[in-house]
This record gives sequence, C-alpha cells and structure tokens, in this order.
Amino acid sequence: MNSLLSQFATNVRQNRGFYGALLMLIVLFVVYNFMHPRGFSTPVLVQNANEAVVLGFIAMAQTIPVLIGGLDLSVGAVMTLTACIASELVNGSPAHMIFGMVVTIMSGAAFGFANGIIIVYGRLQPIIATLATGAIAIGLALFIRPKPGGDVDGDLNWAVTNSLFDFAETYHIFDDGKAAWFQPIAWIPVPLIILFGMAAIVWVPFRRSLTGRTVYAIGSAEGAAYMSGLPINRAKIAAFTLAGFFAGCGGLYLAIQTSSGSADIVQAGSYTLNSIAAVVIGGTSLLGGIGGAVGSLIGALILRVISFYFRILSIDPLLQTLVQGLVLLIAVSLGAIRTLRVKNRLELFR
Amino acid sequence: MAQDMTQDMTQDQAFLELTGISKNFSLTRALDEVDFSCKRGSVHAILGENGAGKSTLIKIMSGVLQADSGTMSVEGKPVHFLTPSEAAASGIVCIFQELSLIPDLSVAENISLSNPPRRFGLIDKKHQNVIANELLARIKCEDVDPNSLVRDLSLSRRQMVEIAKSLGKKPKVLILDEATSALTSRDVETVYGLLDELKNDNVTSLFISHRMHEVERLCDTLSVFRNGRHVETFGKGERTDRDIVRLMIGRDVDAHFPPKPERKAKKPHLIVNDLRWENVINGVHLEVGKGEIIGLGGLDGQGQKELLLAMFGVLRGLEGTITIDGKLANPSSPAEAKSKKMRIALVPEDRKTEGLMLPMSIADNLIASSFNQVTTGFLIDTAKEKAVVAEGLAKLQIKIGSVDDPVATLSGGNQQKVVIAKWLMTDPEIILLNDPTRGIDVGTKQEIYKLMNELAAEGKAILFYSTDYAELIGCCNRVAVMYDGAIVAELEGDAITEEALVAASLNIDTNKGEAA
Amino acid sequence: MSIFPTLTPENKPIVIASVFILAILAVGTAYTLSTQGTAPLLSPNYLLQQLQTGSFLGIAAAGMMMVILLGHIDLSIPWTLTAAAMMATTVGGDLAIPTGIAVGAAIGLFNGLGVAYLRIPSMIFTLGVDSVVRGLMVAHTGGFAPQTAATPIMRFLAAEKILGIPVAIFVWLAVSIVIAVILRRTGFGRSIYATGNREGAAYLSGIRTKAVVVGAFVTSGICAGVAGVLLAGYSAKAYQGMGDAFLLPAIAAVVLGGTRILGGQGRYIGTVVGVILIVLLNSVLSIMQMPEAGRQVIYGTVIISMLLVYGRTAKITS
Repeated sequence: MNSLLSQFATNVRQNRGFYGALLMLIVLFVVYNFMHPRGFSTPVLVQNANEAVVLGFIAMAQTIPVLIGGLDLSVGAVMTLTACIASELVNGSPAHMIFGMVVTIMSGAAFGFANGIIIVYGRLQPIIATLATGAIAIGLALFIRPKPGGDVDGDLNWAVTNSLFDFAETYHIFDDGKAAWFQPIAWIPVPLIILFGMAAIVWVPFRRSLTGRTVYAIGSAEGAAYMSGLPINRAKIAAFTLAGFFAGCGGLYLAIQTSSGSADIVQAGSYTLNSIAAVVIGGTSLLGGIGGAVGSLIGALILRVISFYFRILSIDPLLQTLVQGLVLLIAVSLGAIRTLRVKNRLELFR
Repeated sequence: MAQDMTQDMTQDQAFLELTGISKNFSLTRALDEVDFSCKRGSVHAILGENGAGKSTLIKIMSGVLQADSGTMSVEGKPVHFLTPSEAAASGIVCIFQELSLIPDLSVAENISLSNPPRRFGLIDKKHQNVIANELLARIKCEDVDPNSLVRDLSLSRRQMVEIAKSLGKKPKVLILDEATSALTSRDVETVYGLLDELKNDNVTSLFISHRMHEVERLCDTLSVFRNGRHVETFGKGERTDRDIVRLMIGRDVDAHFPPKPERKAKKPHLIVNDLRWENVINGVHLEVGKGEIIGLGGLDGQGQKELLLAMFGVLRGLEGTITIDGKLANPSSPAEAKSKKMRIALVPEDRKTEGLMLPMSIADNLIASSFNQVTTGFLIDTAKEKAVVAEGLAKLQIKIGSVDDPVATLSGGNQQKVVIAKWLMTDPEIILLNDPTRGIDVGTKQEIYKLMNELAAEGKAILFYSTDYAELIGCCNRVAVMYDGAIVAELEGDAITEEALVAASLNIDTNKGEAA
Repeated sequence: MSIFPTLTPENKPIVIASVFILAILAVGTAYTLSTQGTAPLLSPNYLLQQLQTGSFLGIAAAGMMMVILLGHIDLSIPWTLTAAAMMATTVGGDLAIPTGIAVGAAIGLFNGLGVAYLRIPSMIFTLGVDSVVRGLMVAHTGGFAPQTAATPIMRFLAAEKILGIPVAIFVWLAVSIVIAVILRRTGFGRSIYATGNREGAAYLSGIRTKAVVVGAFVTSGICAGVAGVLLAGYSAKAYQGMGDAFLLPAIAAVVLGGTRILGGQGRYIGTVVGVILIVLLNSVLSIMQMPEAGRQVIYGTVIISMLLVYGRTAKITS
C-alpha cells in the first residue's frame, strides 16, 4: 500500500505537466458545470464532448512527431482530406459504411507514412516537409470536394454524437438501450468513448512497444539511442504514420458529425495550430522525449472547456482567441523558468 | 619488440584479438598498427596519457567506430562490427565515459532499453522492473528506484545504472572506460567486488583508469599506450610505478620549444581569488602577471575548463572574485569579457563547435569578434575589414586559398590558427587558451608556441591549459596543477618536470614507487 | 549535384530557382500561345502588376528571412500584419504609417524577448503571440472590418504608379536594400549569420546573441507592419484575416530561395527570387485556370521536389 502510494507520488513528480493539466481540466470543468444552468446533465456533457473530439484526435496526432523532436504541420490538412474522403464513402449499407470508415482512416495513415518516408529518406526538416505535404493534402481534398457537401449516414451521425443510450436505441441493441444493466452507463457520451477508446487501443500499446520507446529515446537523446542500437528510422516513420492515423480518425469524426465534408483551408490551419497548443499545454516538450498523447488529449479538452466559458458567461466569443493565446503563453513560460536556473550558459545552446 | 611481447603473453586463450589496427581522424593518426589481445577471465588495464589512443581503441572494439585497416577476431573468428549492438551480440560491451542512457526514460527502461522483456508482444513493465531490481541488487544499488527517471539521478547513480545496463547484456568482455571516475567510494568497492565476480565467471574486463592504486589492486595484466601505439604489455608487479609513468610519457620529447621569456616581477595583472562554482571549482586562487605564461595542468576534467569559462563570463552563480589590474572584474558575459574594460580572449576547447562557425567563410570567422572595430557609422567599412582580416592572416601565417572559402575546408591546425587570429584581432590583454594544440600537427604546434612567446613578450598575460605535459614544461613560467577543482601544486622554473607533473596530477608519490 | 558542380551551397538554390522561374514563364507562355494566341506573361505591364501584388509578400518574406537565418520562425506574421494595418487606419492622418510600423516593432520586440530570454521555441511563442494579437484586434474591431479607411499616402504607396511602375515595387526595393545592407554590411547582420550557424560559438566570440535574436524579431515585426500598411493601402482599408494568406508563402519563399530552415545560410537575393517564383507560379496557374485543388497540389509538390534537389540535411550518424 505504502509502496503503491510512493509509486504514485513518483509518477506524479515525473509527469508534473500532465497532472497539472489534468487538475486544471477538472477544476475548469467542475466550475463550469456549477455555473451552467443545466450543469452535470447528459445533454450538456454530450454537447461538450462533441465539440472536443476532433481537436482531441488532432492533438494526439501532433504529439507523436513532437515526441521525436519534430513537428507535423500537415495534421489539420490530413484531417480535412480524410473528412472529404469520408463524406464520399461513409453511407449505404452497414458493410459499405464500415468499409468507408476503414478506407478513411487508412488513407490518413498512408499520408502520414508518406510524410515519414520523405522526412527519413529525403532527409528533409519535418517542419518544411509537412508544410508542403499539407498543401498537397488540401489540394487532394479540394479535388474530392470542390464545394462543401456530402452524404453521411444520418443514423450513424445520431448514434455517435449522442449518449450510449441513443446509440443503443438507434441500432436496437440492449433492448433498445433499456436493459437494466445498461442504465448505469447509458448516460456516457459516445464521442468520449470513441476518443478515449482510440487512445487506449492504439496509443497505449504503441507506447509499450519497442518502436514507441524508441520515439521517446530519439527525442531525449538521439545519439544515445543510436549507440544503444534502437530502430531509429522505423520509429520516425511510425511517428508520422500514427500522426496520419489519428488525423484520419479526426477527419472521420468531423465528417460524421457534420454529415459532410469541406476542404476548408482556414479550418485546417487553425486545427494544426491548436494541436500544437494542446500538445504543449498537455505537458509534452516541444524539444521531444517528454509527454504523451493522453496529455495532449487533456490539453485539447482544456482549450475547449475554456471556450465553453465564453458561452455561459456571455463573454464576447471574439475574445476567445485572446484568452487561448494567453493560456498558451503562460503555460510555456512556466515551463521555461528552468532555463533561468542554468548555471553554465553554454548548456543553453546544446 | 612490443608485438613479440604481446604474442608471448597471449598465445593460448586469447579471447579478443586485434591485429594491425589503424585509425585516422583527418590529419591525425589516432591508432597506428596496433596489435592487442586479451585473455578470458583476465582483468586487463589499459594505460596511457590523454590522447594516447585508448578511447579510439575501445570504440573500435565496441563497434562505435570502424578501423581504417587491420583485423579483429573473437575466439579466433574474424569479426567486423558496424554498430554497438553488433558488438554486444558478440559479447563485447562497453561502459562509455559519455553515457549512453536516455535521460527521459526510467532506470528500468534504460536497463533493458533495446531488448526489453515482452508479454503478448508488448513491453512487460513488471518483468522489466524485476530485471532492473536484480541487476541493481547485484551492484548493491538497491536504493535506486527502477521507476525513477535517469535525469533525476546524480552522476554517480547514473554511472551505476550504466554498469547495470551493460551487465544486463551478459558480456563476455566488459570494457570500463574511466567507469569509476564519478563514483562514490562505496560504489567503487562494489565495482571492485563485481570485477572479482566477473573474473570467476571467466568474463574479461578491460579497465581504463588514471588511478594507479586502482589498477594495482584490480588488474592482472597492464598494457601501456602512447601516441596511438601499443608500447608494452606486462603482468602485474613486473614494473614499478615510476617505470610505468616513464612508459606512458616516453623518452623522446618530440617538440622543440622556443626559449622562455624572462619573467617580469611586476604585480599580477589578473588575480583569481577563492573561486567556487557548483562543486566543480573548489576555491581556486591564481595570479597571472603581464608577460607571463602560466600553465594549467592536471588530468582531464579536474575543473580546468570550467575555470577558464568562469573567467570568461560564461558561468552563472560564481562565488569569489576575479580582479584585473586592481579592479574587480567578474565578467557576466563573453561580450563583457572582451570589452575594452577587461580585454580577455578565450580560445575554447572545441574549435569545431565553440570556436568556429564551420560552414562560414574564413573572413567571416576572423571578423566575428571585432565588428565594432571595422564599423564606421552604421556600416562595416569593407576596405578596413579586408585589411584587418589580411593582417590577422599574416600574423599567424595562415595558408589558405581564398578568404571566402568555408573555414571547414582548412586543416585542423589552420582552423585553430583562425580561432587564435580572431581573438588577437581584438587586441586582448589576457589570453585564455584551452588546450589549443590538441589534435593539430607538430609544425603548427611550434608556431603556436612561438606565438605565445611573442605575445608574452608584448606584455600579454597568458593562461594556458594543456593536456600535454611536454608543452607545459616547454612553454610555461609556472604551472598550476588542478585536481578535483582545486590547485594542488604550483611548479615553477626547473621544478616543472614530467615526473612532477604526472605525479601531481595522478596524486601518487613517485618517490614511494622508486623505493618499492 | 553534378549539374552545378561549381556553385556554392548558397548560390545553387538561387540558380535553380531562377531557372525554374524561366521554366514557369516558358510553360505559361506556351500555354497562352496555344490557347489564346497571345503571350500576356511576357508583357511588362502584366509582369509589373504581378510584382506589385508580390511586393507585399516580398516585404513580409524579407522579415521572415531574418528570423529563419537564426534558425527560428515567426508565426505571428499574419496578425502582426493585420494589426499594423488596422491600427494605421484607425489612427489615420500623418501618424498612420508610423503607427503601423510601431505596432509591428512592438509585437516583434515581445516575440524576441520571449524567444531570447525565456528560450521558448519560437514556433510556439510566436504562435501564442499571434493568437493574442488576433484576440486584441478582434476585440478592437468587434470582429468586423474597421470602418476607417487607408490614408491617401498609404493609397499612393500601395496602388499608384510612378513612370508606369507601381510605387509598391519601389517600397519593396527600398526594404530590400535596407535588409540586404543590414545582412551584408552591419555587425548586426553578420552576427545573425554567426548566431544562426552556431549560437554557442557566436556567444563565445563575444557576440551578444540575445540582442541579435531580439533585433531579428523586431525587424521581422517591422517588415510585417510595413506589408500590412501597404496592403491596407492597396485594398483601401484593413480587414479581418488579411494576413492569413502570407504566412506559408513567406516561409516557402525564404526556403525556396536557399535559406536553410535551420539557420545560418542564405542570401537575400534568394528570397527575392523565391518570392518571384511563388508569385509567377500562382499567376501562371491562374492563367491556366487551374482549379484551387490543382494549385495546392502543384504548390506542395514544387516545394518538396525543389528541397529534395537542394535542401537535404546532413546525414546523422551518431
């Protein structure tokens, strides 16, 4: 018991950024619900969850290139591209829809894989390479959807953007969602399950694989990683592939949520920039090696919860970017205080 | 002769054998036709001065570097390692001086970094902790929590984790490169015990150390290297300490030094008083007068570099005072140190990363410290710039094609001259030199010695750190030998001898060695 | 590599990019000759008009180059530009232009302090500053285009012509001369290269590297401010999001002109060539009535393939 406690204490100490963000999210969210006239109710939670899912996915996507000390400026564009693909494919028979969803996510992953190949074998800087491939992704999205629109299955939209109860009712499972055992969990919003479910079945195992460990090692000390014989090229390609995969998940959800696809360049750019902010707020170091996708997920939720406050406090939503920018600047400045304590100034340049 | 000796020693059970290994780094020959072998279950010391080729040798053995020529075999089978992991697969594992740990991963993760235990295809954290605990217990480091991050450990704990990590690879040859230098005395005892244990298991240990008492206590065989050559291998007790020191230094002094200038008995220009920084500089007192060349001696890493950086305004949180010409100086940045007020110049340790902007042109590098001298109004006067650059080149006789060539295209010696010329262009009063002749050819070395003399004659105060004892003897009026961040001996005039310097920096008493 | 054996690493990208500009002109002219029987791309008036719109990008890219030469980046350019334009039109009168430039300088100063003293990666710090400035501007205007109009002198500088040549091109030229002189002929400019190449060595050479970083960001802010003032003059007023279309092309122009994204290397003339390349590529694509989709794909492909020709980083061996 005691050792469990001390282990937990160690964990907290090592992931201060993550736990700080988690605490901040909980406080922000609880206060928000107290202030909301219909706080702590399923409809409010469902609405909040829906607004957070896409950014959550894009933030997770951005995390992995950042962990190797790089950056992926194409995540927003890949999200847009995959949303357009989904808006073409996710309809018709259940089998057809599932096929469409798989194709959507896989095309995101394939695009990320191409990024990885270009960066590793073309030896280009990730920033500039993904800046260019991002333009290509937007172009492809415009080919698929020159005008916003599309046709995504309405039942699917209803089922995945509401609570578990609505999901069960839509697909006539668990006695249309009225089974007694089902009630305690029926209130949970489906979007949250999708988001955390994906994190659990993709990110958590990845982190516990040798490739995942190599991702951290590259960001922390690439030279030592090489000396230890870790698979560096494989890990870099995997990092960008996974970024594409999560961006594809985000795109798929965006298409289902809006029942359409739109090659919106501005939206793509703002998602990319917000993803970087979410990653940093979630405790991942832009220099690599420290952090994780779950933290970025929390960071994305924080950014979204802040925007909820504007609604309930009837603050001009126009001030939203101002507050988000300030939150970001304060978060990174707190992280930078340690540079003021460096004793040998030459270490600043390494 | 040395080769015959080696073969005699190792005719039967040679486990690892190197024949005719050579390695060049651009112009310098780090290893020259080295034959070397070691037996199973032996604890084998490799001795030599700084730059004798020890580090290069073990890097080749462990797959970090590849030899230019020569062959290597393990148990009679030829091998060729391209990466450290290939060497580890053949049982050769090295504990490096510059650690191979990942700071942001936990101790347990580092210990089984590249070959973790798995369960259902995923890394098994519990089993990983069990492995870590077992290995840590074996080196009596139960106090290290396998879950703590390596970055949070002290240097000595990291070193122990590094040892545990290499034990986890089940080595047949374990190479320890100064592995005990950062350890506490308790840990050192543990490592001694471990080496005995390994010997019983028939594991070979190759041991690089500057601590003679350690070598004497542990090793059964000793090999001495000098200038990239394998000088001699002998069994323990066959040579006295004094003999070993002689073997390390060699008899022939291969450089000629210009006559030393007269020492002017004026008051000191630069006074460092009770300087302390972060347990690396521990109360240094030093005086340098105008026209004097003062040497800084001692083994690598005794605080000499930090002392020079402190005087140049690089270190934060410094205690003590630096006085120049009677006025308190304590510069807070190199920009302030080079200003008219203090006139300090530093030729830094690593010319490639600290002295030069390698891709930039020779002219750009030369002018980098003296923009304000060639600027009239807001603009750089290009005619003046050209003249100043030409003057700098002429003063050091730097041979180049064009001043617009990247400085990276020059030889090491000429690169170092560019760094020195850059600083002379600022017209400094105090010149700090951090091992300026390391890795450059003999001809350029002599030019630098001559230049130092000229500068001293002009009345500059020169502080000269060198890892080469011969240089200190040949150039300096006085040598301060540092050990553990403090000056342990100041030798002056005829008292500056090889024996005295080596003894002071190794902290052994040569007279005792002679008596035995 | 073997095609241009005698070129220095700085000049090779400039030559390749120039050749590419000629190729764009040739392809575009061949297209118009075969479809319309005319060659508008080769008419001076058309080219001058393209350069006029390119001058806004050119000025923003000049500032961006100062920052990229240090190995940093300035993502706050879109809203620095917009804020300068909005404040200039708000103040109006004789003080309009100084106000715009001062706004740019102030934002640049803030960026520089954060990057140099807190050592926060410029990528994230300037991103945050961009959001903050955007928020302030949206609050200032209520989210609408400001009702204030550009002053006559702003109109003159951006939209009028002297001797048939747009004044904006002269402004770009003036900014270019200033930047080129700074980079080649001042201690500050030389220190930028030194710091961008190896900050540690520059610091140990006694260069005040923090001041250099701050100075470069201030210059970038001023350039964005000038571009904003001009753009407001060109459109007769400032409007929301007027800077959004400048960020990525500015980065691309600098990098295509041969400036190393990691800093330390690059000639100013390359950035000019990069800007012309991007402007002409855009205009040829629009003459060909290439849909936006194709433009984006071509745009990205051109950047990637040109970088593969000359932008590869050294192989990491350890």
